[in-house]
Parts: sequence; structure tokens; C-alpha cells
Amino acid sequence: MDILNQLAESFFDWEAIGEVLPKMFAVGLPNTIVLAVVSGIIGTALGMLLALMGISRNAAARWVARIYTDILRGLPPVLTILVIGFGFGPIIRELTGSTSPYPMAIAALSLMSGAYIGEIFRSGIQSVDKGQLEATRALGFSYGSSMRLVVVPQGIRRVLPALVNQFIALIKESSLVFMLGLLASEREIFQIGKDAAANTGNLSPYVAAAIFYLALTIPLTHFVNWIDARMRSGRPEKKEPDEAAAVVGKGAQA
Amino acid sequence: MSEFASGTLTAKNIHLSFGSNHVLRGIDLHVEKGTTASVIGPSGSGKSTLLRVMNRLIEPDQGDILLDGRSVLKENPDELRRRIGMVFQQFNLFPHKTVAENISLALRKLRGMSKEEARDEALAQLDLVGLKHKADSRPANLSGGQQQRVAIARALAMKPEVMFFDEATSALDPELVKGVLALMTDLAKGGMTMVVVTHEMGFSRNVSDVVTFMDAGVVVESGPPEQLFTNPQTDRLQGFLSDVL
Repeated sequence: MDILNQLAESFFDWEAIGEVLPKMFAVGLPNTIVLAVVSGIIGTALGMLLALMGISRNAAARWVARIYTDILRGLPPVLTILVIGFGFGPIIRELTGSTSPYPMAIAALSLMSGAYIGEIFRSGIQSVDKGQLEATRALGFSYGSSMRLVVVPQGIRRVLPALVNQFIALIKESSLVFMLGLLASEREIFQIGKDAAANTGNLSPYVAAAIFYLALTIPLTHFVNWIDARMRSGRPEKKEPDEAAAVVGKGAQA
Repeated sequence: MSEFASGTLTAKNIHLSFGSNHVLRGIDLHVEKGTTASVIGPSGSGKSTLLRVMNRLIEPDQGDILLDGRSVLKENPDELRRRIGMVFQQFNLFPHKTVAENISLALRKLRGMSKEEARDEALAQLDLVGLKHKADSRPANLSGGQQQRVAIARALAMKPEVMFFDEATSALDPELVKGVLALMTDLAKGGMTMVVVTHEMGFSRNVSDVVTFMDAGVVVESGPPEQLFTNPQTDRLQGFLSDVL
């Protein structure tokens, strides 16, 4: 029973969890959300650009997108965050005078998620039936307008579940920015938990952090399942028998 | 008597290759204003490709295309396609838009109509094909026959001078074919210039003014339907007709 007690004390010290909660709500949670949402938005814009370059008729644009995507998807996130944070941080500091690593954290997360989101968008756009582009062009739209008005919107719709999954990954990866040495007011869920664990010598604050992450990610996971199911079955609407078509002939003479 | 601003379409000596595959080998086709030309022939003979070359979805390697006597090859191909409506085998309606939006999109963006004008025009076109009550449905909730009628309305809304039909009834269940063919017959009788690639020999024989038989990228025989169907001159057409009739 000693072992069980010891485990309970290490992970479920309610006092330690209670102590860290105010800071989790006031500092950690908002920072995690800001990091994930801002880099999610920038990453989505970057991903759309990469996807359009990836399907472009211009070979140079395709190559740039390909190389960028291969590199950023191929590196461990922790390495990307360190290299961008410590490599470009000093340059930004010189230019702006700001010592906060926060913008670098957002930049690193955005650049990484952009590579993944770009691939998601590209596969979605390329999965749209070729007849859609043909029909739009046959109406007299240019290639660019056809893509913008008809093909790309359909491609995006199809990959919404994958996009939300990517956002979930971003919430989790945002925990890695602690390595850049954030200021006290900039710390996110993981680092708040880590600091408290170091101060108390108890692991319970990590459990608190875990609960915060799960409170964000589990609802999102179910949201993905919900849109996925809905896209599969479509909105229910009853088909009517094709009686109109069967008796027609009233077309143009009307 | 024509209710359409139809034009005369001529293709002259059209050649097209995909790599080493010589798909069209010098095609001539003349469709007089207000008449219907049907193009028949075995699969892979280049019929559908010919349609796509004539509205420049595919650029020909050689040859000329004339609309009302003027070559269109030097003009903007997007402008040309606004003058030629096209209906596809697979309908190709936009699944993420409502039926009315499928029609109003081009009216708004290409004809510069306001949202209200475009919707009114879309409803008017839907009324002509008997589907006004489906204006706010999604294409997926329509039967194949209804979808194809919407696709025809979408093309007609642009007030085209010529209409292309690319095997417009091939993907339909047999009981739905009749309605779409009836609509196409109405258009032909209304004076629309039409080029109809089809496997419906009844339509080709009864509705078209000229029938063109293509095989392996060339026009083998062309003439009035009675002549081609009752008195085919070539072995190839005789063979084809005995296979399909």
C-alpha cells in the first residue's frame, strides 16, 4: 500500500493542485490559447499560400513550396522552435528592442503548422473532381477565378476535420515554447505546471496542466468527429421522385 | 422565329495530339445558325475532345474555329466560352452551392448583375426547365435528371449563341433520359444552334439537321440524318450502326 500512497501523494496532492489553479486560469490558459490561435491563423494563411504554390502551373513556385514543406515537416518541433527562437531572437531584439521571446514562439509554431496545413489544403484542393474546373471554365471564368470561386472552397470544406486535428496538435506543441525562456506573464499551461512542480517538489501541478490540456483537446476531438460524420451523411433532405423530369417537354416553348 | 441569339459555328481542319497520340486528324464541322448537329461514333473517336477544342478548353494544334464567320482563336478564350454553353455527362454542378447559386454565380461575376437581378434571372431559367421549386436545394438532393436540367439552365442563363452537349444523357437512369431529351428537343426547335455528342440514336435521327459520324479522329461521313441512318456509304458507319441499333 505504500507504493499506492506514494503515487497518490506525488500526483494527486490536492493542495498543490489547488494552489496552481489560479495561475493556470489567469496566465497559463490564456497564453496557451493565444499561442495556438494566433499561430493557427498565421499557419492557415501560410498553408493556403503553400498549397496554391504547390498546385501552381509555375514550376519554381511548386519547388519552393515542396522544399519548404519537406524541411519543416521533417524536423522535430523542438528543434525548429529552438533554432528559430535562439537564431532569430537576437536579430529581432536588435531591430525592435523587445526582449520577449513570445513573437519568436508564435513564428516557430506558425512556420511549422503552415507546412502541415499546406499539405492538408493541397490534398483537399486536388481531390476536387476535374469536372468542376472544366464546368467553371466552360461558363467563361478564367483559371484563377475558377480556382478561387469553385475549386478551392470545395477543397477546404473537405479537409475541415484534418484542419481541426492540426489545431489540436498545435495546442499540444505550444507546450514546447517553454524552452525559449518566457517571461513570467507569458508562460503557458505546461510551464506554469512545470514551475509549480519544481517549487513544491511534487508532480501534481503537471496533473493540473494535463487536465487543462484535455479540457481543450477532448471537446475539439469530438467536434472533429461531429463534422466528419455530418460531412459523410450530409444534411438530411428528402429527395422527391423525378416525376417532373419524366413528363417534361414544356421546356423552351413555355 | 428563333428565340435565341444563335450563331453559326465552323471548325476547319482541326488537329490535336496528346504526345504521340493523334486524337483529332483534320476535323471539319459546320453548324448553321439555328440548326442542330449531332456527332456520333464509337468511344474514343474524339467526339468529346472535339467539343472541348471548339470552345478552347483545349487549344488545337492546328486549324481554325469561326463563330459567325470570324476566327476566335486570337480572341480571349474566356470571352469565347461565355458565348458557348456546355452541358456535361456528369452534370458538374457545384455541390457546395444551391441550385439557384449554381446559375447566378456566372451572372453576377461575369455579367455584372446584382445579387437580386442574378437570382431573379436564375429563377426564370429554372422555371423554364420546370425546377423553380428546387431553387434553394443542393444539387446532391436532386435526381440525375433534375441535375442535368439545372446544368442546362445554368448554361442557358449566359444567353449563349451555341450550346454543346457532351453525352448529356449517358449518366442518367433510363427513365430520366426522356425528360432531358425532351428539353434538348425544345431548345433545338426554338432555334438554338446546338452540337450534340450523343449515343442516343433516336435523338440524332429525329432532331438533328446534320449528323456527323466520327471514328479514330476523322469525320467518316456527314449529312442529313435520313441519308446516314438509312443509306450509310461506308463500312465503318454500317458496322457502327449495326452495333448500336
